[in-house]
Parts: sequence; C-alpha cells; structure tokens
Amino acid sequence: MNHDAYCNEHIAGILNSVRTIAVVGASANVARPSYFVAKYLIAKGYTVHPVNPGQAGNEILGRPVYASLADLPEPVDMVDVFRGSDAVPGVTDAILAMEPLPKVVWMQLTVRHDESAARLEERGITVVMNRCPKIEYARLSGEIGWNGVNSSVLSSRRPELRSGYQSFGIRR
Amino acid sequence: MSQRVPGFETLAIHAGAQPDPATGARITPIYQTTSYVFNDTDHAASLFGLQAFGNIYTRIMNPTQAVLEERLAALEGGTAALAVASGHAAQLIVLHTLMSSGDNFVSARQLYGGSINQFGHSFKNFGWEVRWADAKDPDSFAGQIDDRTKAIFVESFANPAGFVTDIAALAKVAHDAGLPLIVDNTMATPYLLRPIEHGADIVVHSLTKFLGGHGNSMGGVIVDGGTFDWSASDKYPMLSRPREEYGGIVLHETFGNFGFAIACRVLGLRDLGPAIAPMNAFLILNGIETLPLRMQRHCDNALVVARHLTGHDKVDWVEYSGLPDHPNHALLQRYSPNGAGAVFTFGLKGGYEAGVRFVEGLEIVSHLANIGDTRTLVIHPASTTHRQLTDEQREAAGAGNNVVRLSIGIENAPDIIADIDQALAKA
Ligand SMILES: Cc1ncc(COP(=O)(O)O)c(C=O)c1O
Repeated sequence: MNHDAYCNEHIAGILNSVRTIAVVGASANVARPSYFVAKYLIAKGYTVHPVNPGQAGNEILGRPVYASLADLPEPVDMVDVFRGSDAVPGVTDAILAMEPLPKVVWMQLTVRHDESAARLEERGITVVMNRCPKIEYARLSGEIGWNGVNSSVLSSRRPELRSGYQSFGIRR
Repeated sequence: MSQRVPGFETLAIHAGAQPDPATGARITPIYQTTSYVFNDTDHAASLFGLQAFGNIYTRIMNPTQAVLEERLAALEGGTAALAVASGHAAQLIVLHTLMSSGDNFVSARQLYGGSINQFGHSFKNFGWEVRWADAKDPDSFAGQIDDRTKAIFVESFANPAGFVTDIAALAKVAHDAGLPLIVDNTMATPYLLRPIEHGADIVVHSLTKFLGGHGNSMGGVIVDGGTFDWSASDKYPMLSRPREEYGGIVLHETFGNFGFAIACRVLGLRDLGPAIAPMNAFLILNGIETLPLRMQRHCDNALVVARHLTGHDKVDWVEYSGLPDHPNHALLQRYSPNGAGAVFTFGLKGGYEAGVRFVEGLEIVSHLANIGDTRTLVIHPASTTHRQLTDEQREAAGAGNNVVRLSIGIENAPDIIADIDQALAKA
C-alpha cells in the first residue's frame, strides 16, 4: 500500500463503509482539532466513542469517554488516532489486542508510522496516514469548496444532499 | 491508486463547479443573497466557531464566490483561495494577515503604479513600511530584510513594462530569511505562469484584468500555496496564536496547509469588509472558462504588434520580453514559454507630446486605465496611472514621459496594426 498518495475512490469507500469510530486522543477542549473532527463526524451520522484516559468517566460532545480501546462498549469499524507519531506503536499494540479488530485505522494529519502501518496491514486492517477524516469528507462531498478550499474533485454529477441546509454526503 | 490530474483547460471550466444541488442548474447560479438560514442554533454555533464548512453571511463567503475561489486555487496549484472586491483589496488583506504596526515588507519597485501608491502611502498610515528593491537584482532584497520584515512582494510580469521576475531566485531569498514570497500574477495569469510551482507561497491577482477578461467586473483573489510553515517562528501571530474570538483556536494548527486562506477570510475579510459582489464573481467565472484560448491569442497578437512597432520610424524602442533580442527573453523562455502576455510598452521619438497625440488619434484602440480586456487598450502612464509618482519613481517603474503602454486585445491583428499606424502618422 502506497501511503504517499491515496485515490479518491479508496478514501470515499472507507468513509462510506464505516459507521462506528473510536477517536483516540479526543480532547474536551472545544478549541482543539480533535474536538472539531469528532463533532463533524457526529454531525455526519457516525457513532463516535471518545478515548482519552485523562477524561475517562467524563463526557465529550455528550458521549462517555473511555480510558482505553479495551474499555469500548461495542466493536468499532475504525480507530482515528489523534496522537503524535511516536505514540503510534503503543496505540498499535492496543488496536491489535482488540476483539474484533477494526477494519480501518486512520492516523491524523502529520501522524505517520510506517512500521506500525505494516503490522496493522498484516492483520488485514486498512491504514490511512497523515490525513484528516473531516477534511477528506468535506473534500469528497464538495463541502470544503464552500470555504474556497481546493477539493481537487471535478464532477458533473448531482451532489449528495443530507438532511437540513448545507450538508453534503459523499457520493457512492 | 494515484489520482488522474486534469489539464489546465479542463480545470478552467470545471474546477469548483458541481451542478447546483437544489435545481440541477449546470452553470453556477448567481447567489444574490446576503445571508443563509441555519438549521438550528447548534448548526449556527458550528459555523460561527469554524467547526463546520458553510455559509453564514456574504461579507465572509458566498456560494458563487466559492466556486470562483476553488477554480483559482486549482488553476494556480494552491490549496485554497479567497476572492475579494478588487486586486487592491487582495493585497490589503494579505498584508493585514502578516503585518502589525512597526513591521515592514520588501517589494520590487517594478510594480503597477496603483500598488506603489497603496504600499507607499496608505499602508504607511497603518504603520506598515514598504522597502523598495530591484526586481532585476534578487540580492537587493536580502539587504533590506531585518527582524521586523514579514514578506517579499513582486509581480510575475511587472506592469507596465512586462519585465519577467526570477521567481525561484526571490523565493530562495525569502525562504532563507524565513519569509513568504507573495507574487502578483495578474499580468501573466496561471495560463502562462504558475508562481507556486517556482516557490511562491502566496499568489494575488486583480481578477479585473485577464481572468475576468472582458472589462466588466472588479475582483481580486488571494491563493494560498499551502507551502509556508506559519508556526516555524513567532512572526505570524494571526496564524500561530490562539484567536480569542474563535474560542481560542489556532488557525494554522486547525486548518493546516490552507490556514492562510482561512485566516484571510475569517479575520481580514470579516473585519475589513471588501467582499466581492456575487454578480462579479459570476461574470469572472464565465471569463475564466475561456482563459486558455484568450490568453494565447493575446500573446500571439501582442508579438505581431510588437514586431511591427520595432520597425516603425516614429518609434524609439519597444520593450516586450517576447521579442528574441529583449534582455529578459531567456527568463521568459524559462518561466513562460507560451508567451509574454498582452501588455508592453514602447517609446515615441516625439516624447510626452507625441504620446498624447498618439493616444488621442486612435479610432478602435481604447484610451483608458485598464489592461486585460478583449479590446486593445492604450494608456500614456506618465499622464495617468503613474501621474502621482515622481519622475524618478516613474523611470524606475518603466513609465517615463515618452512611454506608451498597450494591452493588446484578441481582435484581428491587422486591424489593430492599421489603427496604430494611422495614429502614429499623426503623432
Ligand atoms: C498588476 C496589477 N496588480 C494589481 C492591480 C490592482 O487591481 P484592482 O484594480 O482590481 O484593484 C492592478 C490594476 O491595474 C494591476 O495591473
């Protein structure tokens, strides 16, 4: 798997197939990117479980926070890693101990650890690194263009409308 | 698994423009509205807190404007863009995002006369100091930089003489000093030259010129190259420090490689206010669809006219880098092999008086203060655009008293030449 470039179909396929997401490193601080991302994913209909030992027992965005991946109340389709690259091997150990394994491990913008990715891929897990699921969702749906950002997507097809004003989905 | 990269002509037509989600309208509609209904208070809070993408109020964003922005970001190879009311507004907002009172920036003195005024006079009132350097000598910029310097500014082809700037050399000077390079790419357009590919970090345009292309709408744009690390030093607090009015978020951290464009929108445009009219955004978008065709024709016609003038007995000299013996021709070949643009100057042997008689004697060519129209345009800079400058500044800007500037249109080239010839006969 080439982790320098992903094609749009690949990323769209991931975002259109996962439903439940554990966010490792979710912050309770409303100014942090991890809070923004979790909020956006919830608005797009995903079930989000925040994981953060410092906040265990509290709520973030109305969801109970878990101390570790081992404490999650249900299996998840994807783990979104909001930790620095040097913390990734430890998170990888925790992911590989999950039962069942998630289908996808997604590491945030600037987070990349090729050795861990190889360990995860060996177990059949799809890995995305150095990307943000909020940006990718907004890019592939076309929402990101509303703020002048280059989506790099050209399309003559109908945008996928979600309920309410100003909400696009990703076309299948 | 790599993504196919569309060609420039395809981007000029399609980038940013999906069919209208509500109606299926294939052409981007003119969203002539000031504001947008929220789903509920949480949606409003998400929009105001920059937690969701979307429209709030047309001073900050508008769906017609957004298509224009994404189109230009794609054409310049940038990460994002912000469209504003004019080219001057774009320059104001870029520098507002980078500068505080007491800071300075280094600019090429080979600039559009209006920019020389804006930098040298109005910006002085904000406590922003411009330091002039010579675009022909990249080292002259390095000598002007100190610890309060925030940016380097140049034009890709300098207005009015069409001088070609060595962008890569200036990018090196800027980056060695930890500064972003800003390039005004109005005269070249991304069809001829894409400054970000040569190391520029920010591109600005007057969309009023070739991008709109039909002389009907004012507009400007800022394109974020996505290349500069705003957090590497403490020089750019608008990007690298928490913003109180947005709940303490750090714009560079939150928006990454399009953080500069977002900062220009949610701080600069929001507070200074020069929003582009949706109608103008629409007209400029229409113009951009034919940019590749128009720009090539502009260049081809300009070369024919420049060659003709070179042999004319009333003409002292012609300054067009498209002519093979021009000292700038090698740089042109490197940066813009498809052509040297539409704008160039020539000197009349009869001096200032001949310049005035020439512009007044033209029948089809229009005497006005603009460039980049389908029509051929002419001006005598010394008596108009560069009038407020001193003789010295005029000479330095390539706009001396005997200089006439042409912006060659896309009419039939022999007709342009015939009109110029009959006016020269009276000059
Ligand atoms: C090179 C250049 N930059 C900037 C501007 C300013 O643009 P506007 O007139 O849209 O404010 C102009 C206008 O003539 C120009 O030629």
